[in-house]
Amino acid sequence: MTLDLTIAPGSTIINKTGDWRTYIPKTDLDVCIGCSRCALVCPENCVKMKANAEGKNKPQTDYDFCKGCGLCAAECPVKCIKMEIEKK
Amino acid sequence: MSSPRRRESRVQVLNKFLDPCLRGDDTYSYMSKPQILEGSRAIALTIKNIRPAVISAYPITPQTHIVEDLARFKAEGIADYELLRAESEFAAASIVLGASASGVRTYTSTSSQGLLLMTEVIYNIAGMQLPIVITCANRAIGAPINIWNDQQDIMSVRDAGWLSFFAENHQEAVFQHLLAYKIAEKISVPAFVNVDGFVLTHSYEEVSIPEEKNIKKFLPDYKPKNGTYLDPANPRSLGTLVTPTHYQEMRLELNQKILDSKELIKSEWIKLQKIFNPQEKNISSYDNGLVEYYGPTKAKTVVISLGSVIGTIKETIDEENKKSGVFKNKTGVLKLRTFRPFPAEEILAVIKKTNAKKIIVLEKSISLGLGGILETEVKSALYGKTTAIINGVVVGLGGKDITKENLRKIIK
Repeated sequence: MTLDLTIAPGSTIINKTGDWRTYIPKTDLDVCIGCSRCALVCPENCVKMKANAEGKNKPQTDYDFCKGCGLCAAECPVKCIKMEIEKK
Repeated sequence: MSSPRRRESRVQVLNKFLDPCLRGDDTYSYMSKPQILEGSRAIALTIKNIRPAVISAYPITPQTHIVEDLARFKAEGIADYELLRAESEFAAASIVLGASASGVRTYTSTSSQGLLLMTEVIYNIAGMQLPIVITCANRAIGAPINIWNDQQDIMSVRDAGWLSFFAENHQEAVFQHLLAYKIAEKISVPAFVNVDGFVLTHSYEEVSIPEEKNIKKFLPDYKPKNGTYLDPANPRSLGTLVTPTHYQEMRLELNQKILDSKELIKSEWIKLQKIFNPQEKNISSYDNGLVEYYGPTKAKTVVISLGSVIGTIKETIDEENKKSGVFKNKTGVLKLRTFRPFPAEEILAVIKKTNAKKIIVLEKSISLGLGGILETEVKSALYGKTTAIINGVVVGLGGKDITKENLRKIIK
């Protein structure tokens, strides 16, 4: 078998880098004040602010691409994001 | 700026003084008439006729005359390649990498420290499996600084994943450039053609240059498959990150590709000889693209070596084999035309056929802290397969002359 040495554009969407993660951020949405700081600091741009049923903006983390760097947890003003060891 | 009309007339005037093969008036044969040419000139003319699209050039003794000539052909309007002057060898290698990745035929040449500066790019070219051909005019490496011939430079990149051809004389260098491009483009691996610095690059010898239209019969225009090269109309990336899952597979695949190229080199060498050297009727199995055995059918001693020193060895053993008394034991010489892929089976076949009792590995390179590089490789290739004694001799480092007298002593 000959391996293909070139690759079409868009490979970063196909290759899910979330499995590089050791710690997983868990957000307590009840404590969260919806300040969207976590979404701004995320280096992978995988935290998105979305309106919930009450119309309040709350963060949603895309675990397919979150590498578990912990920046969101460090920056959260109400400390509602906890980094937990991820059991795989 | 000169007008096109003036340039034309300048070329016409120059044509009167140019070599016959430059004028292109030999239309009756596959090769131009034999002529006395400098090695570098012969290589440059061959490259011009092979028609690469991009050439990068950075001067280093003793390869400078090759790219100087190529620049001259371009300036005179008799060649239409893009000639880029690089700011270093690293850039020169990167230029041909980029050009080749865009799907065109490329060429550059280098020597010694220049090759060392290219090293990182050399490995990348091999990993990206780009069919680039580089002429290495073999020269010693400093310190102490030395511009003369030995083969330590090429040995420093022997593991990079390139094919490596070694030429004995001008004509073989010319043929090996054709062969290198053919094999490289057919299986997508890069190739070095090694010519001994000064001994081949600066000496004058009789040589015939294949003509452009005849080269096309052996080496058609380079057309890589769609999706294997960089093209804005069909965007792809090359040389991207590869995780541990695939890296080893890719390295081993490249290794297998180079090992498998042996059969292709043999068959293409025969094709090449039939087209450009038809008077050579009998190509024996011991004179193929990988090795050439010269000497008596049964030999007590076989000398194994690379490059231009083969000529001196041939002459010495001819004289010695004729003498009676002085040399009771007949000697033969085995020339390795390729160093990568390493012709292990072919060496063994020759040793078995000649029934040699003693093997002398003569080389112009050394792995400091171990010894002869070729010696080590020959020993590993023959381990447990022959009872012959294998002796390695390191000679001619930094351009030290290898005389017939030296060779006589070594063979004894």
